[in-house]
Amino acid sequence: MPGPEPHAARLEGHRDPRGGLVLQLAGRLDTASTGAVWREAMQLTRGGSAGDLFVDASGVEYCDGAGASLILALRRNQEAAGRGFTLRGLRPEYRQLLDMIAPAEHAPDEVPPHREGFLEALGRAALQLLADQRAFLAFVGELCVCLAVGLRHPRQIRFQDFLLVAERAGIGALPIIAIVGFLLGLILLFQSAVPMQRFGADIYAADLLGIAMFRELGPLMAAILLTARSGSAFAAELGTMKVNEEIDALSTMGLEPVRFLVVPRVLAAVLVVPVLTMVMNLAGLVGGAVVFTSFGYPLVTYVSRVLDAASAGDLLGGLVKSLFLGVIVAAVGCLRGIQTGQGAGAVGQSATSSVVSGIILIAIAEGVFAVIFYVLGW
Amino acid sequence: MAGEPIIRVEHLTAKYGERTIFDDVSFDVKRGEVFVILGGSGSGKSTMLKHMIGLYRPAAGHVWIEGEDIASAEGEARRRILRRIGVMYQSGALFGSMTLLQNVKLPLEEFTDLPADARDCIARTKLHLVQLDGFEDFFPAEISGGMKKRAAIARAMALDPELLFLDEPSAGLDPITSAELDSTILRLARTLGVTFVVVTHELASIYAIADRVIMLDQRKRGILAMGSPEELRDHSEDPFVRSFFRREALPEEVRSW
Repeated sequence: MPGPEPHAARLEGHRDPRGGLVLQLAGRLDTASTGAVWREAMQLTRGGSAGDLFVDASGVEYCDGAGASLILALRRNQEAAGRGFTLRGLRPEYRQLLDMIAPAEHAPDEVPPHREGFLEALGRAALQLLADQRAFLAFVGELCVCLAVGLRHPRQIRFQDFLLVAERAGIGALPIIAIVGFLLGLILLFQSAVPMQRFGADIYAADLLGIAMFRELGPLMAAILLTARSGSAFAAELGTMKVNEEIDALSTMGLEPVRFLVVPRVLAAVLVVPVLTMVMNLAGLVGGAVVFTSFGYPLVTYVSRVLDAASAGDLLGGLVKSLFLGVIVAAVGCLRGIQTGQGAGAVGQSATSSVVSGIILIAIAEGVFAVIFYVLGW
Repeated sequence: MAGEPIIRVEHLTAKYGERTIFDDVSFDVKRGEVFVILGGSGSGKSTMLKHMIGLYRPAAGHVWIEGEDIASAEGEARRRILRRIGVMYQSGALFGSMTLLQNVKLPLEEFTDLPADARDCIARTKLHLVQLDGFEDFFPAEISGGMKKRAAIARAMALDPELLFLDEPSAGLDPITSAELDSTILRLARTLGVTFVVVTHELASIYAIADRVIMLDQRKRGILAMGSPEELRDHSEDPFVRSFFRREALPEEVRSW
């Protein structure tokens, strides 16, 4: 049986006749080998169970930061347990290393680490939530003021930004809006026509699609796609500006970030979202038409059914709703961007949270609108 | 450089959550002086600067700029203060979607009704002042870190503020550019009477420009020393301060610093 490698770290413990434990450290105590003896050393001395500890390091051939940390950790454990610790035989150059990495014994007024209890964590989370709500409310208020001022003095709006954002969020989104809308119409009509066929009512699938698209799905899907494409982009863009101190720079120039960055984005979203909704509706109807005609009905039947079922009110209601959804999506994206913390990770978090909050708020707004439209009798 | 105070920091306390960064700090910055804030990392230099420009609300105390409390000033009063100060951030904080010229022109567009050609001309002279001629139409992403810094200084000076805050202006600059920047700072301070508040570590730069220095310290949670750099080098009773200004390693007995 081969003996231990000459360069590995070795550890031997035996009881001292006078009580206590003698640990003999030997070999190379470096980053690669110390791990092998670390656990054993800790087990032997756990909680001061060994009594006073004598570490004999005379056999140590080499010691780096890892070895010194081992010795330091042993000493700390002994001190914490109120047991004695003696180190002997360590070469002077390694003792110096030990002195270097040992922090000052009396770190002045260091706050002891405080473990948070459940109640404390709960309270803190509640306060955080309240602070979030407050920030949200303040932001909404500021945005409303800035929008009102911007509408009264349109020259204050940064039209360059506005047009750029409108192009990116609007024209750039047309392909995906058209594809999603087309597939949505296709699937919805197919899935509803098949069961309706059993009652000979498949022709009414066109009515269903028309109403569903105009009233609900058009604005909803357009808003969700806007959140995913542009809300997240706003959050990431403003978040990066926050991390780069650009938002601070704006504030100290006396240019309110909300007026300067958020207003053009919100206005651009409000401009494009009805257009996106219309495109979504249209693409959905085209998709529906493909399936409907494949069932053997002429196109003219489809058109007349859709026009019959869905009124201008449905279309208009959907578009009005989409305006509000656009404001929500853009504002949440910008808010999350402005709230970004420090570092690249925070930008990612902001983008994620802008999409999550955006979708939640869209769902809530959809519910509110459903009630309002019901009460109004639309 | 005796003048009346332009900034008055009174009993300022800053906290991040539970952690106190500094506690009950008071000092004045006099008109026309170059005032340097020093300190190790974590000592709250940048935090101090951000309180002085009104980005952070103090946990206690006040920062008065020309008699106005910057933290509580709102609306028009706040704009009036901000209009008179310029800030250069550590990273430059140039607006990435604008060229250098547009960056420098932005404050002019927002705060003045100068004709377009005048704005253009002013912005170009500011870029010339920091030796960035020929880079007017570059975007921040296309130039080096040091150039960004200089462009940021040009932007901070766009409105000819009376008070300029520079956060680590010479970090990342080569010695020549850094020295040129120092002489620009001095020239502006001496000829136009601009007051500078500079956060920096560069000892050479401190000796070149600083009229007065305060040294913040993490453990003291406040000011460790205040005075001219020469005074602190020769007469400070604190070994850490002396070592810093002499650029020596710390004496063995104060290593625990």
